Amino acid sequence: MTVVAVLVATLLAVAGALTLTRIIRGPSILDRAVATDVLLAVVVAAIATEAAYSRDATALPVLVVLAVLGFVGSVSVARFAARRNVK
Amino acid sequence: MTLDAVLDVVAAGCLIAGALLSLAAGVALVRFPDLLSRMHAAAKPQVLGLLLVLLGCALRLRSGVDITTLVLVGAFQLATAPVAAHMVGRAAYPHDEIRRDLLLTDELAAHLDDVRARRADAPGEPDPASRPA
Amino acid sequence: MTTGPANPPLDRRARWRNRVVAVTGLATMWVLLWGTLSWANVINGLVVAAVLVVVFPLPPVTFAGRIRPVGLLRFVLRFLLDLVVASAQIAWLAVRFGHTPHAAIIAVRLRVNSDLNLTLTAEALSLVPGSLILEADRGTGTLYVHVLGVRTPAEVERFRDGVLDLEARIIAAIGSAEELRTLDRPAPTGPSEPVDLEGAST
Repeated sequence: MTVVAVLVATLLAVAGALTLTRIIRGPSILDRAVATDVLLAVVVAAIATEAAYSRDATALPVLVVLAVLGFVGSVSVARFAARRNVK
Repeated sequence: MTLDAVLDVVAAGCLIAGALLSLAAGVALVRFPDLLSRMHAAAKPQVLGLLLVLLGCALRLRSGVDITTLVLVGAFQLATAPVAAHMVGRAAYPHDEIRRDLLLTDELAAHLDDVRARRADAPGEPDPASRPA
Repeated sequence: MTTGPANPPLDRRARWRNRVVAVTGLATMWVLLWGTLSWANVINGLVVAAVLVVVFPLPPVTFAGRIRPVGLLRFVLRFLLDLVVASAQIAWLAVRFGHTPHAAIIAVRLRVNSDLNLTLTAEALSLVPGSLILEADRGTGTLYVHVLGVRTPAEVERFRDGVLDLEARIIAAIGSAEELRTLDRPAPTGPSEPVDLEGAST
């Protein structure tokens, strides 16, 4: 299981780094919002993998909160971008 | 092989597949040409990747309380992800960030023109459709 | 159902049924969050759910049909299959070098124009990578879908048929008998009547 955990952690780290590139480069604020969503998904996967590796359910409530509230950021950024565009 | 070992192997497979999907999404985010195609890439780890990781997690934890929590996580994510995608997509459409040369057809543009024409006949109300591009 | 208001007013019985469904769902969620099934949890969940339903009333949703288990199972299985296939396709598109993916924005007019059907079809389409809802026109029941990875107009038409098939599976799972009959009639053709885009960028 340790090999699997290291492999998954590496894959997720590379995915997170690529996503960060898009957050930094992203020409528009919406690009950054989408990339932040993906980063959040990567973080959720990392927390779940940690829970699976150590067989420890302490972090699971964090996942519930992230799943419920994760979309709020994108939605507010999208509304902000749409409104700024009307002016 | 015992049942525990089999479940562990399946769980490991699910976790690796989920991580691979996240990696593919990261690559796609960097490589895809415009915002809307990047949003397609973002849907992968948010839906299938997350479900796989949660399945792997549930197979490892194997206790009723944790599995109900994981089911809730999956249900919430499936319910909220389309909302965010739709809001971002509708905010992105009138912008210049879309590579229109890569579009085969655009049936929304014609629709928005129609709406605009009708709004022009009945002035006096705010006009959300005619956002400056 | 293709003409007339999308939301006919509900009678008393339907409204009560909606409330009972909402309270049951919320109470179930409460018990799942606590993780243990005990009388205290169930009763507390019912109280909280009842307060929520009274304080935040929902707009009426017409649910005319009933749930058909076979249709629902077929919809879920096909949805999972679509999810896996589409995820693999988009992942393949991402790692292929020297190739710029083409896309299209198409309008699909659903044959059954009810809020529930429109919402469920849009949700299912959004969750599958490769299709993205840009705009939903509630007046005519039209979805504007951004499709990634199409190369020819024939593929676009195939995708449009795929959306209508998805709608048919949803109706077969939860629609009423009348809505099922609507599916057999030929799809409405021609440009749809333009209707205001509700709530766009307010």
